[in-house]
Amino acid sequence: MPRVQIPTPLRAQTGGNDEVEAAGATVGEVLADLGRQHPAIRERLFDGEELRRFVNIYVNNEDIRYLEDLDTAVAATDQVSIIPAVAGG
Amino acid sequence: MPVAGELVTGLKCRLCGKLYPKEALNFCTDDFGPLEVAYDYEAVGRTFTRESIASRPKNMWRYHELLPIDGEPTVGKHVGCTPLIRADRLAKALGVAELYIKNDAVNHPSLSFKDRVVAVALSKAVELGFQTVGCASTGNLAGSVAANAAAAGLDAYVLIPDGLEQGKILGATIYGAKVIAIEGNYDHVNRLCSQIAFRYGWGFVNVNLRPFYAEGSKTMGFEIAEDLGWRAPEHVVAPMAGGSLIGKLHKAFHELDRLGLMNGPVRTKMFGAQAAGCNPISNTVKTGANKVKPVRNPDTIAKSLAIGDPADGFFASKLIRDTGGWSEDVDDEAIVEAMQLLAETEGVWAETAGGVTVAVARKLIEQGKIDRDGSTVLCITGNGLKTQEALADRLARPVVIKPTMEAFDALVESYGAFAEVGAIAAGA
Repeated sequence: MPRVQIPTPLRAQTGGNDEVEAAGATVGEVLADLGRQHPAIRERLFDGEELRRFVNIYVNNEDIRYLEDLDTAVAATDQVSIIPAVAGG
Repeated sequence: MPVAGELVTGLKCRLCGKLYPKEALNFCTDDFGPLEVAYDYEAVGRTFTRESIASRPKNMWRYHELLPIDGEPTVGKHVGCTPLIRADRLAKALGVAELYIKNDAVNHPSLSFKDRVVAVALSKAVELGFQTVGCASTGNLAGSVAANAAAAGLDAYVLIPDGLEQGKILGATIYGAKVIAIEGNYDHVNRLCSQIAFRYGWGFVNVNLRPFYAEGSKTMGFEIAEDLGWRAPEHVVAPMAGGSLIGKLHKAFHELDRLGLMNGPVRTKMFGAQAAGCNPISNTVKTGANKVKPVRNPDTIAKSLAIGDPADGFFASKLIRDTGGWSEDVDDEAIVEAMQLLAETEGVWAETAGGVTVAVARKLIEQGKIDRDGSTVLCITGNGLKTQEALADRLARPVVIKPTMEAFDALVESYGAFAEVGAIAAGA
């Protein structure tokens, strides 16, 4: 099952775990399953059906905006990372 | 001077307005919106006057009340107050009436505007108790964090993309910082730094200390306004990498206005400059898009602007539109030509990003987007010594002659010049 890396500020919602397994064949499905397990996370990541403007999602090391966004395929061995998009030079 | 910390009310989410305490945190835990420093402007206004500012030393800390540290600065005490040059020869070349260069190519200690943000970020890092600091950098920030951390006795981890200019790599390494080159572009470095900050708990100036860091850029705007006689220019052209600087320049003018320090209204149009090989913000402005589309593989000699996924891209593009400004991008050839034009007309050797700024200004003037009769400030943010590769093989090599007067006379004659008569009395 794909593993989702949880950034520090969201770990209060995952019982302190920095990684959560979530089912799904696409990023959208994986995040939906994560949201089912931890409802408070979903509202932080999504505004309606859209990912919030300053949330970046990576599959392994690739930004999903360069792939198929929420439709990006995820294999069982993949790692999905949630990274706030507000760092920068 | 009052304790500035009392004037900072906290960190505020730029999206939902939620207020957070003054900690090493850069985003809202509700919606991931970026945080920025909030001030009690009424309290600031009690001591922040033209007279009090004028009485203080000529460095960026003369605007202390509008900078987010609690006590006196401990890092970068001599940063800022760089020259604002009236650039008449460049103005003539570009066809405008009133042009200025804000020259942060000579900022102290590391020759870029990043010394401003680092002075604030590292002073704050000391206040918050960090001993180890770091940054993700395209080069200038690397040098500034390394230099200022060395002077403050802090340990520094500087992460850069591989393939940076030698001047920037050496300019970070000399100070004893741990310089780590990451295989990939700036966006890879940036993401890694976010993850490192989470895991190691260090003070990354442009990650978890970012709200404080970013405020340092305002001092460039404060200085421009003060040097113009407490006036805001009609146009400002600023280079855009992450897109933070342009917003902070604008914020600076409006903070001064809010505190009643300006002569006349602030109606500055903000213009952004990018390279054609990495133009996510410029592209957003020009297409009218609501979202910034990142550039996956930036490709430009202006490496300091090569950020494909700009953190402040959304805010920068909105600001540019809201102020009636515009954004443009230029190719590498135009960048180098503009570096030479700036050097030959004003004696200012800017890095490649300065070439971007001047070349974009020229383009905007030709397009009629910048009014030829208005006052315009071009922000030069880094020094040409650091990007020498950009000029390789473009400049004439020195002429070699024998150490004789005959050889020199012949050379002068070949230039078509004449000896000045009577400059030195015969036989002297």
